[in-house]
Amino acid sequence: MPIGLTHVIILSTALFFIGVYGFFTRRNLITILMSIELMLNSVNINFVAFNKYLYPQNIDGIFFSIFIITIAAAEAAVAIAIIINLYRSHNSIDVEEANEMKY
Amino acid sequence: MNAQEIIFYLIAAYILGTGIMAVTTNRIFRAAIWLLFSLVGIASLYFWMDLEFIAAIQIVVYVGGIVVLIIFSVFLTQKAGDEMPVALKSRTLPAAFASLFALAFTANILLHHNFGSASNVMFDPNMDKIGMAMLNTGDGGFILPFETVSMLLLAAMIGCIVIAMKIKKEATQ
Amino acid sequence: MSSITTILLIPGLPLLAFLMLGIFGNSSSWLKNLAGIIATTFMAISCLLSVQTAINYFVTADLAEKGFAPIILFKYNWLSFGSGVSIDMGALLDPISAMMLVVVTFISLMVHVFSLGYMKGEERFATYYAFLGLFTFSMLGLILSSNIFQIYIFWELVGVSSFLLIGYYFAKPSAVAAAKKAFIVTRFADLGFLIGILTLGFYGESFDFQTLIQRFTDHQSPQFLAISAASFMGITALSWGLMLVFMGGAGKSAMFPLHIWLPDAMEGPTPVSALIHAATMVVAGVYLVARLFPIFAISDQAALDVVAFIGILSALFAAIIAFTQTDIKRVLAFSTMSQIGFMMFALGVSNYGGENGAGFSASLFHLFTHAFFKSLLFLGAGAIIHMVHSNNMDDMGGLRKHMPITHISFLIACLAISGIPPFAGFFSKEAILHAAHASSPITYYLALFTSMLTAFYMFRLYFNIFWSSEAKPMHNAHGEGTWSMKIPLIILGLLSIVVGFIPFSHYVSSDGKSLETHLDLMFSILPVSLAAAGILFAAYLYKNKNEKPAQIAQNLGGIFSLVKQKFYIDEIYLFITHKIIFNLIGRPAAWIDKHIVDGFYTLTATTTEEFSSTIKGWQSGNLQSYALYFLASVLGLAILIIYALI
Repeated sequence: MPIGLTHVIILSTALFFIGVYGFFTRRNLITILMSIELMLNSVNINFVAFNKYLYPQNIDGIFFSIFIITIAAAEAAVAIAIIINLYRSHNSIDVEEANEMKY
Repeated sequence: MNAQEIIFYLIAAYILGTGIMAVTTNRIFRAAIWLLFSLVGIASLYFWMDLEFIAAIQIVVYVGGIVVLIIFSVFLTQKAGDEMPVALKSRTLPAAFASLFALAFTANILLHHNFGSASNVMFDPNMDKIGMAMLNTGDGGFILPFETVSMLLLAAMIGCIVIAMKIKKEATQ
Repeated sequence: MSSITTILLIPGLPLLAFLMLGIFGNSSSWLKNLAGIIATTFMAISCLLSVQTAINYFVTADLAEKGFAPIILFKYNWLSFGSGVSIDMGALLDPISAMMLVVVTFISLMVHVFSLGYMKGEERFATYYAFLGLFTFSMLGLILSSNIFQIYIFWELVGVSSFLLIGYYFAKPSAVAAAKKAFIVTRFADLGFLIGILTLGFYGESFDFQTLIQRFTDHQSPQFLAISAASFMGITALSWGLMLVFMGGAGKSAMFPLHIWLPDAMEGPTPVSALIHAATMVVAGVYLVARLFPIFAISDQAALDVVAFIGILSALFAAIIAFTQTDIKRVLAFSTMSQIGFMMFALGVSNYGGENGAGFSASLFHLFTHAFFKSLLFLGAGAIIHMVHSNNMDDMGGLRKHMPITHISFLIACLAISGIPPFAGFFSKEAILHAAHASSPITYYLALFTSMLTAFYMFRLYFNIFWSSEAKPMHNAHGEGTWSMKIPLIILGLLSIVVGFIPFSHYVSSDGKSLETHLDLMFSILPVSLAAAGILFAAYLYKNKNEKPAQIAQNLGGIFSLVKQKFYIDEIYLFITHKIIFNLIGRPAAWIDKHIVDGFYTLTATTTEEFSSTIKGWQSGNLQSYALYFLASVLGLAILIIYALI
């Protein structure tokens, strides 16, 4: 069967849920950030796949991906800043320790 | 089974494999490197899909920027060689179950959905098309998001500096 | 002025006095000093208006030939229950209410005047007069009620005023206990009263007196047939209704066995006892039976027999106990109970209409005369207590030299109550004994015996106070009392002599038509001579202090102490309430309330608390838990929407 949209979509879904699993499971904030990056990448794959296989006359999907990458970069930077700030106050980046929002 | 399919399956396996390693390994530095491999795999997927520009951006920004940033922060906050604390069992089991179930559910829907056939136009995104569209002020132009994103990047930069700044206490000399 | 204005002013003026003195009396100092004068003035105007109304009704309106018909002066539909049943507020003027207006306002006026001197110097002087005003207003409202529910409302108001007045000296625990006891016992009786009202009102389809009387005395009316057909435990609903209404009346009039509050009620100030527990409130029960008398007499003879029985039993019971009491006010209290027993008894042996209704007129005649001499006795006792500062007979003696006016008026009252001609009590007692004789011999002999006992114990009281031993030297200098205390005694004394001569049955009779009664001198010889014998025996025992009474008491031994303890009725009541009602009903009910009813709510609260603690745990502050919940919810929603469940 030739590789079609469905294959790529399934790949990106699998990658997304790998990221979700990592997000739920990891205790270190930086590894959580890494899982988020995986999720964003899977979304990127989705966009370009839809663009290539369903609407090849447009290039909108590519632009979505470009902007997502840009914003992901900015967001990763802000997240690192927060992590550093949190590290300063708690002296640890274990997410179990940051539970001041508890009842 | 032609070469295209084989290459696709190899790339897919590679992406997923390194992804799984990135989220399950115990050592943080190794996790970062597995992430790097996974992102490179995704770039190769873009190459396979004839999207050279995106692939290039992926490697430059993600691999060369974000992963490096992550590695910096790893070094800033802890000893990279130590083992991380293991995840709680009460966390992994429900998470695994939820993820697998969600994956199965989504996959089921996707497999049964008829996405419609593509038009027969060739998919040919070359650089000047992308460039012209990016700065086009007319219809179908992306000048507005382009400018907005640049402002967002500025805001993000300032935000990072403010958040990560150490507030100097008035030194009592 | 128009009759409606008059009839509204008569209770309205005491109410105004109550409001003014009650609200402003203690705060404004000039009002406090004038409180007595203001209240007395209002009362005097009210009395004049009552007398004018009565004269108008009895004399100038030409009703004597046709019979004195009841006049409804006004009627205001207050609460309507649909299907024609409604509670109307109205004023009913008929012979008994006209007579009672005069009695209540006049006695109240005398008490007001007496209290000017007796209660002088009291801290809460204005409050006292305010309460007197409230009581008078309630009693007048009760008298004028045209509707059985209205009479119930004023009945309760009278009970409240009585409570306030008995408990006037609220710093004394015995006064507080007495006030509570009076209120609780009468309230318990009023429970029966209310059930009776509802029974009669339900079957009679109306609450108006006139409508009820008309429907229940007509043996063909649908309401009468309905109420006679319905029966419960073998007694018809009509009898139940009347018996329960009588229970309310018996409670207020201190009939056996609901009499226990009356001796204790003597804890209030003595003028209060004169007003409430001699002349006005305690006769409310008699008044109620008199109001419903046509129904009793025509439609339910058995109920009337119960009234008669309770009446004569209470009379005899109280007379026996009065022999042994040493507190002068308690002797007078039991005497009141006995005399009211006579009134109830006279109503009970009477029939309706013409000659057969002589008992009705006799009863109300006795009510009329009794008001005068009993309040005179109480006011005299008040003057005595004021001088001697003690209630006990043993502290008194030979007071005739120190208190001449009180002595003469007390003697007149004692002669009146014993039934010696030509004083007032003679005529009214004759009428009662006549009615008893016409009914049956046994009742006659019992009544005769009781009136002989009355003479004996009243003169025991008289001789112990005014003769007996030589007077102790009196240290207090205020003597017999101010003129404001003496004037009512003189007026009431004169009236006790004169009112017997009013041809009462000419004006007040069971069916409204004038009844000619004449005095049968042959008949009167036996009662009068028995009364005289009683007086002489009392003189023999008590005129000079000697050992004979103590010896008799010792010889009678156990019987004497049984009687002195009032036949232990109070102890029986306490036993029943504490051991039986509290333990068998009260405690289990309290347990159920605390553990089951409250327990249910506590359980609800605890469950909610547990539940909320569990939910609270979900806010763990943990980022990944939140994300997990989020994913789960999204999945859930997706499943619901995609598979079209929503």
